[in-house]
Amino acid sequence: MKPRDAKEVEEAVCWAVSDGKALEVVGQGSKRAIGRPSQTDLTLDLSSLTGVSMYEPEELVLSARAGTPLSEIEALLDERGQQLAFEPMDYGPLLGGEAGKGTLGGAIATNLSGPRRIKAGAARDHFLGLSAVTGRGETIKSGGRVVKNVTGYDLCKLLAGSWGTLAAMTDVTIKVLPKPETEATVLIEGLDDKRACAAMAAAMGSPYDVSGAAHLPDHVASWFDGLPKPEAATALRLEGFAPSVASRKESLAALMKPFGSVAILEENDSRALWRSIRDVKPFTVEAARTRPLWRISVPPARGHEISATITPAAQMFYDWAGGLIWVAMPFPDEPGAAAVREAVAAIGGHATLIRASASLRASLDVFQPEPAPLAALSKRVKESFDPQGVLNPGRMWAGV
Amino acid sequence: MSVRMPEPDAAVLGRRAKIVAALRQIVPGEGVIAGEREMRPYESDGLTAYRQLPMVVVLPETTGQVAEVLRYCHQEGIKVVPRGAGTSLSGGALPLADGVLLGMAKFNRVREIDFENRIAVVEPGVTNLAVSNAVAPAGFYYAPDPSSQIACTIGGNISENSGGVHCLKYGMTTNNVLGCEIVLMTGEILRVGGAHLDAGGYDLLGLITGSEGLLGVVTEVTVRILQKPETARAVLVGFPSSEDAAQCVSAIIGAGIIPAGMEMMDGPAIRATEEFVHAGYPLDVEALLIVEVDGPTAEVDHLIGRLEEIAKTCRAVSVRASTSDQERLLFWAGRKAAFPAAGRISPDYYCMDGTIPRRTLPQVLARMKEMSVKYRLRCANVFHAGDGNLHPLILYDANKDDELDRAEAFGADILKLCVEVGGVLTGEHGVGIEKRDLMPAMFSEIDLDQQQRVKYAFDDKGLLNPGKVFPVLHSCAELGRMHISGGKLPFPDIPRF
Repeated sequence: MKPRDAKEVEEAVCWAVSDGKALEVVGQGSKRAIGRPSQTDLTLDLSSLTGVSMYEPEELVLSARAGTPLSEIEALLDERGQQLAFEPMDYGPLLGGEAGKGTLGGAIATNLSGPRRIKAGAARDHFLGLSAVTGRGETIKSGGRVVKNVTGYDLCKLLAGSWGTLAAMTDVTIKVLPKPETEATVLIEGLDDKRACAAMAAAMGSPYDVSGAAHLPDHVASWFDGLPKPEAATALRLEGFAPSVASRKESLAALMKPFGSVAILEENDSRALWRSIRDVKPFTVEAARTRPLWRISVPPARGHEISATITPAAQMFYDWAGGLIWVAMPFPDEPGAAAVREAVAAIGGHATLIRASASLRASLDVFQPEPAPLAALSKRVKESFDPQGVLNPGRMWAGV
Repeated sequence: MSVRMPEPDAAVLGRRAKIVAALRQIVPGEGVIAGEREMRPYESDGLTAYRQLPMVVVLPETTGQVAEVLRYCHQEGIKVVPRGAGTSLSGGALPLADGVLLGMAKFNRVREIDFENRIAVVEPGVTNLAVSNAVAPAGFYYAPDPSSQIACTIGGNISENSGGVHCLKYGMTTNNVLGCEIVLMTGEILRVGGAHLDAGGYDLLGLITGSEGLLGVVTEVTVRILQKPETARAVLVGFPSSEDAAQCVSAIIGAGIIPAGMEMMDGPAIRATEEFVHAGYPLDVEALLIVEVDGPTAEVDHLIGRLEEIAKTCRAVSVRASTSDQERLLFWAGRKAAFPAAGRISPDYYCMDGTIPRRTLPQVLARMKEMSVKYRLRCANVFHAGDGNLHPLILYDANKDDELDRAEAFGADILKLCVEVGGVLTGEHGVGIEKRDLMPAMFSEIDLDQQQRVKYAFDDKGLLNPGKVFPVLHSCAELGRMHISGGKLPFPDIPRF
């Protein structure tokens, strides 16, 4: 089913409710392979709901139909020197698809972010308002078009990252921000994972407003763009007005000196590097495509402890100052779920099996399993929006 | 009182002695307060026009006690109102005659500071400012800074999703908390989030933040802390009209500058505060902007230069950049004293809190002037200009005939106007009881029913802070019904749309 407007989305869901059908909610399908395979009867394709309905650069706000291509929105913002500050990553190539696909609604429903997450937040932090059709077939709205708003529950937060399991969004309003005038990256060369986490903690604890902090170990360094040599690099990004970046670059380089030898990447190389970090480039290449891939979020200073617990044959690198770890397991049929879950449990956080065969995703927890009382609450929240399990049933957890 | 609260349950009040005794079993000693005189301090919060003695006050000290109190009240069908420091301006902590007032003031310890992970783990009764003070020796601070920060607690900040002057650049509470421990009405203890980023499942932390104490009782909070900026400077700009000031705000943001704070005051507010604190504000202007930028010295100096240029192109009649921290703080002194200054020129004032799309400001101010005439009450305006959050201060005298009623009607009209121009009823003070009955101006019955379904997912009997936020309470069973009319749709398996 491919509704043309919000009213038709409501009709489609109402029909599914009354006929006891389950729907797979998709935009352009760029992240369709993430999650447990859903047992659905039909596809609710929202990719015809397109168009920016309001963009006021001086108010830092934009509204669009949920199916509007993200690339179209980014191009429009770029014309006015603005951007989506949450730096949404592109899952396409990682999942074997095309680059540059995906919709605004999809970016929000999966709570996308990128390296700037540590400074500017994720999609959730920029999501101001919505219209959506719940699994009850009712059209609801929440939030608004202003940033400061505490009127009623913040259902935007709840829907961001709900993977289409609560409601099908039809219209969304987001906060947009000025694009930085320039950027540069301070590189520290040759650190091991533990030392790198310490360096990143020191950088993040400085007043230099670091907007990206990643550690790229030796075994993956050659896959990234913009690095001067294919060796372990710890990268710290600075963005902003030119005089400010120039001054912070010097101060940060001086602060990092005790950790190792320091190099500077200027604007173009810096931009290329962070794009390849954002899109997890090492694991998009043909040779790596069949490797099960984990996305792990942990307390940043302890990120390096993950590498000590899982198999040394795994490949990995760190974003978010050590708090986001991408881990590619060596063999297609062995995702190493037990080891990953155990490693995460030891330090706190969550792990998502982003890429694996459909049979693996059907047999394993893809999303972080929750303790019983929390799992029961998540199920009640799901039922409050979608009592019959019409929308993406089972995509996040069995029975939810 | 124009807002009606749910009818007290006579059966619960009849069992009062038994209930108090049972609560004393859970929280020993002075933790249960049942004497009328001793309960008096809890009868109201920052919305002082409304007062109500609770049935009993309970001040637990541990998460276990909170869980037991809630479990007991859930079993016995007793309502519970959580309370932090009681600084709510919307009546969020107003007690119920047949309810337990659960004061969280004894949860006042900073449990952990972790500079490497840039977090602080604190109990909900710790004040906002105390968090910043605890991490200050290492040069860190907690960014959200509501003006009541000296008194308001982190638990209350979570309930209201508090903002502050600097949230334009640094975000509101919801953007600065990473995790919490929360006790549900059933007594179940849950942890959401932690020292890591984002949720592994549904973003329940984002939902709880700003839920006004209706979903659960927060017993521990993990907040993100930041390194203090190297320096901060401010420019004070005077304009002949608020239109010019609004234009200047747009020009600043249009130039790609997101100041740390950007505040506007109108003529009456400027004159009231200047007379009070002598901040050196120009008195011959109709609008004043305070624009603050922070960061490395090189950046701040660069931006101050640009701000001065922009101001000059926007018909500014006076432009002054701070040259010392002392001067910067003096610029702020007037703005920060706006409320007491209003208190000085009027026996009472009523502080409103709507948010509007910024460009509608001139239109909104003009309409407010008309309302001021209609209701025969003066009004001064302070305004978080960067994010469109308006704080009109309606001046009245509660001892004069119907001035309170007129002030409330004036306030309601202002908030409806905010919604009419595309804004919202409340930017940072919350709905509480104050704006409860205005919710239909912004939400349909379907919207509100869905919010209440979420409420029942957390609190199946609707015992936690009832009478707040929602104008009409539906029972859980009523909301469970499905009203599907689309079933008649002729919908073959072939794609139709």
